[in-house]
Amino acid sequence: MRRLLLLALVAAAALVVAVIVGPVSLAPGRVLDAALGDAGATATTIVRGIRLPRAVLAALVGAALSLSGASFQALLRNPLAEPYILGVSGGAAVGAVTSIVLGWTAAGGWVLPLAAFAGATAAIAVVLRIAAAGGMGLDTRVLLLAGVVAGAFFNAVIFFLLTFAEAETFRSAVFWMMGGLSGADWDAVVVVAVGLVPAALLLMGLARSLNLLAVGEETALFLGTRVELAKWVVYLTASFLVAAAVSVSGAIGFVGLIVPHAIRLLWGSDHRFLLPASLLLGAAFLPLADTLARTAAAPSEIPVGVITALVGVPVFVLLLVRRPPGPRRGMGRTEGP
Amino acid sequence: MTSPLLAASGLRFRYPGAARPAVDEVDLSVPEGALVGVIGPNGSGKSTLVRLLLGALEPDRGEIRLLGRRLSSWRRRELARRVGVVPQNESVTFPVSVREFVAMGRYPHLGPWRTEGPEDRDAVERALARCDVEDLAGRAFATLSGGERQLARVARALAQEPDLLALDEPTVSLDVRHEMEIYELLRELVAGGTTVLLVTHNLNAAARYADRLLLLHGGRARAEGTPAEVLTRETVEEVYGWPVRVVPHPGPGPDEGAPQVVALAGGDGGHAPSEGERDR
Repeated sequence: MRRLLLLALVAAAALVVAVIVGPVSLAPGRVLDAALGDAGATATTIVRGIRLPRAVLAALVGAALSLSGASFQALLRNPLAEPYILGVSGGAAVGAVTSIVLGWTAAGGWVLPLAAFAGATAAIAVVLRIAAAGGMGLDTRVLLLAGVVAGAFFNAVIFFLLTFAEAETFRSAVFWMMGGLSGADWDAVVVVAVGLVPAALLLMGLARSLNLLAVGEETALFLGTRVELAKWVVYLTASFLVAAAVSVSGAIGFVGLIVPHAIRLLWGSDHRFLLPASLLLGAAFLPLADTLARTAAAPSEIPVGVITALVGVPVFVLLLVRRPPGPRRGMGRTEGP
Repeated sequence: MTSPLLAASGLRFRYPGAARPAVDEVDLSVPEGALVGVIGPNGSGKSTLVRLLLGALEPDRGEIRLLGRRLSSWRRRELARRVGVVPQNESVTFPVSVREFVAMGRYPHLGPWRTEGPEDRDAVERALARCDVEDLAGRAFATLSGGERQLARVARALAQEPDLLALDEPTVSLDVRHEMEIYELLRELVAGGTTVLLVTHNLNAAARYADRLLLLHGGRARAEGTPAEVLTRETVEEVYGWPVRVVPHPGPGPDEGAPQVVALAGGDGGHAPSEGERDR
């Protein structure tokens, strides 16, 4: 409990840093005034209209990706699983790129996220249809395979579409696919928040089932889990959570893989702790990464996915090699006798 | 005589696409406080039968009753408070300590948002002590040896505080000492009132520790009764297709005189050697 409190404080601090630091330098006092509406119009616009929604959205997206990453890793019994492994981001990208290439995005800012979400939903439906085709319930090995091949197919579709795109269209499509939070506004914040709260409650309520599923489906059954129901709920909840995040921010990589494993390395794999802890660490990590993305090469912006990998991977490797010696937290998969 | 803890009659189950049923017209009765062994050659339907009895598979035909109630009417969580299982195949994907692993046995006793209370922690400690793995409680499950893992699995099932403990091949690939530790533990548990259902390839261990045996052959019950009734030379040779002798366990020990199956060398697998051949 104390660890979660600590992580919540870290997340809150990250949010404050993300609001204070930016390409336009504002003193912390002015930022506070602007947030309360007591500063000049420019400062108020920068803080209330740009930085605050962007920081909050980064926190929500980071939380959503980390939470779904941790859930997928348990569901698929695969430490390498990440939020996009089942083709959700590929489907979202097909939707987004289609809307860009066909020029629908001119109709309004809401078109692109909506097209992305539609694409993600279609991807979930397709993958599920393939995985459940065997008839004997949801086989997670087939699910993994179906997700990966569907993702490959979506990639091909995207490159096919882009072959015929104008240079400018091509550029905006590629930027969307790299992921970023520059499109942040309060509408996006509301969309992700509305998805995140029930999804987080649902997944955390299934934390024990995830502990058991990570050991084995039969074990989970014999310890009282309604295995098929749990798998469906986890899959659909985590997938739609990813769909919501991807729709507003593109496919930001590494967060959903690294954050849960960092928690595992530090404090173990009990999902009752791992899920809320991943959520909070994700909510701290992405705003900080995005702050770097905005400021490191100002006035241009580095794609935040580049930062999450450039910063996140070394930090993760450090945790991995400096993990305490001895058997307490031996990593890796071990087969039973 | 009281009604059995677990009773099955006329069970039949065929896997989709299979030519013949994996389990066919099998009856089984597990009396309270007994150790019942299910034995049989590879592919004889042992594991399928146990999956049916534990509600992991639905029988095509037949009826299973646990504590007098139809198995299909039990909710999974209710069932997991009564029946503890040590399954055959498990792998741990993420690092988990032995204590955390054993504490999973308490999940069926908790609601989704309720955390462990003192009685749950006591049950976990008792289970760890019972299986003699308290010293390993802080270790990562992945770092245990095969024998230690199996003891931890039994401890997890005991943490469920079940009326019935079911084990599927609990001693495969264990050395003699760990194997005997598991069987002695089962004997103690039965003496303490737990009912045990054991599936095993190990005919001799089954003969020494089980009160009753069910011998499956091709999905059907070939013999049922006490070890001495089931493990006769004639039956074993017919079912396994290999020449054997059945001799009494030399002792000393509580199971002195239990029938022990000794497979003969030099057989061709199809026929038992004649008396003359044996005497040479």
